[in-house]
Amino acid sequence: MNARDKILNAVRLNQPASLPLPELDHYVQTNADRLQHFMAVLSSIGGFAHVVKSTTEMIGILENQFPLAGRKLAINESWKDYATIFSAIKDPHDLNDVDIAIIDAHFGVAENGSLWVTEEQMGLRAFPFICQHLVAVIDAKNIVPTMLEAYEKIGQSDYGFGVFIAGPSKTADIEQSLVLGAHGPKTMTVFLKGEG
Amino acid sequence: MVTHADLSEQFNIDEPRVNWHDETLWWVRQKRDKAVHQIPEWELLRETASAIKDNVLSNLSEYLAEFEEQAKKNGLIVHWAADDVEHNKIVLSILEQHGVKKIVKSKSMLTEECHLNNYLETNGVEVIDTDLGERIVQLAEETPSHIVLPCIHWKKEEIGELFHKFLGTPEGNADPILLTHAAREHLREKFLTAKIAITGVNFAVAETGEFVVCTNEGNADMGAHLADVHIACMGIEKIIPYRKHLGVFLRLLARSATGQPITTYSSHFSNPGPGQEIHIVVVDNGRSRQLGRQAFRNSLKCIRCAACFNTCPVYRRSGGHSYHTAIAGPIGSILAPNLDMKNYADLPFASTLCGSCTNVCPVKIDIHQQLYTWRQELVKDGYVAPGKKRAMQLMAAVLSNPSWYRFSGSIGRWVMRKMKFLINNKFNLWYRQRDMPVAPEESFRDWYKNNKGNKK
Repeated sequence: MNARDKILNAVRLNQPASLPLPELDHYVQTNADRLQHFMAVLSSIGGFAHVVKSTTEMIGILENQFPLAGRKLAINESWKDYATIFSAIKDPHDLNDVDIAIIDAHFGVAENGSLWVTEEQMGLRAFPFICQHLVAVIDAKNIVPTMLEAYEKIGQSDYGFGVFIAGPSKTADIEQSLVLGAHGPKTMTVFLKGEG
Repeated sequence: MVTHADLSEQFNIDEPRVNWHDETLWWVRQKRDKAVHQIPEWELLRETASAIKDNVLSNLSEYLAEFEEQAKKNGLIVHWAADDVEHNKIVLSILEQHGVKKIVKSKSMLTEECHLNNYLETNGVEVIDTDLGERIVQLAEETPSHIVLPCIHWKKEEIGELFHKFLGTPEGNADPILLTHAAREHLREKFLTAKIAITGVNFAVAETGEFVVCTNEGNADMGAHLADVHIACMGIEKIIPYRKHLGVFLRLLARSATGQPITTYSSHFSNPGPGQEIHIVVVDNGRSRQLGRQAFRNSLKCIRCAACFNTCPVYRRSGGHSYHTAIAGPIGSILAPNLDMKNYADLPFASTLCGSCTNVCPVKIDIHQQLYTWRQELVKDGYVAPGKKRAMQLMAAVLSNPSWYRFSGSIGRWVMRKMKFLINNKFNLWYRQRDMPVAPEESFRDWYKNNKGNKK
């Protein structure tokens, strides 16, 4: 018998009578302002959040925050006045010197300050991880309260790769001292686009 | 055999260090509490997660088959390994197929359980652990002492010395920011040159065939997205039925582990990127046996958050290495005897049975109950030192016979009062860390007999 059948047989023999799945639709909903909540949580985990109206405003903030920025690469063409638009890059290793990576995200989650990003928003999968600084843009209206609603929103959608990103990469492995910028971005800036 | 008690004794030689270890972990436990108290439905979440896992364990063979089918449809290559030896061979064969001699690896407790690093190294493969804590213990030729915080037993000054030796950081510098950024540079070069990356798996979804890997550092993603081949190793119990169930487990995992609302990255791998290969190695290694042990089945619900470690008064004061197994702490003490009763018979006794582990467990495993049950099983099967068994038998005989009980009580009181040296000496294990109490002159029974009539 091959390993697969051996394992599945052993599991079948030893698993108890089937128990039902619980319902997931009975959580306490808070009425807190989702946008404020999202911004507060993101800042508590080391990210920056700005409510903005226009690309010009976002560029102003980035120029101020990163006056000496090196290679800037954006997925969305609306950034063409500030950054190079991502195209024709096939090898993720060519992204190693990206200083500022700018992406769009689907939505944010208020309870944990994370953004849901899928492959087609990244150019290459390595893009939001290999850069020194990550910038992400979402519609300020697209914030769900908890992960439960997040997965309702994701639903059955197809993605080759998707990720919740919550703030800059970090570690506390040395005596529990929090250090931002472990292997991925050292900062994360989220622009929440409102009516403009 | 070197036991948990022996190794704890070694750890306890340096008392200030033990206190530091204890306080550091308690601080992590407090961060967990703070995060948890912000979620009004926390208890409901735990109940739900536990019930989902009940459903998983009772339908595991079906879910595994479904996961395999979906994953294959997505273009992932699925391997099955009955035990650690098969697991290691599969991984090595993938490396050999690609002619690869150097790999980057992010944290996977399963590969620790299977001693993969050691196996690959003896077969001429260089393994580079990329989680900062794991890299530190790897450079020091140690193993992780904690499943979430691998080098929690290291002081920053010692890490500074280690990095000075291996990474060329300035001598005497113990600044966590400087040291972390030195490791970042050192490991970035490894990420850029590795052809194969190994990661663990936090959750695998039967419905969609995708799997989720959670890290704070981004090391799993840096490895997986820059390499040509990604090998993800998972135990059979990592399965969850539907994608929507991630919404329950991702709310629980990081809050329980470190008090964060979520890990920085929760990466969902559904298919390989352009030009890439993803292999999944599905490993049993004793899990199907544990599934059949009704009393210990629930231990397979574990999502490896380590909340039970951080809260455990024994773990905090004995250190992870005292458990002499890859997964230490209260949950490790349940898992290890399933793999090897003889070698790990000491672990279920490495607990005060205070129940704090059970209270913090995000999937409601009855950890302390299972430790208690293991003790009985191990004694029954003869895996516990005969002295302990004889002492218990003697105790049972005395406690079940009133006249023996009264007689031995009076002897005990007399000895403790008149011949203290017989009790307060190094042969009395109880006395070694404690002061013996002052024995009363008479037993309660005698006092009651003498005072029965004195009603006021």
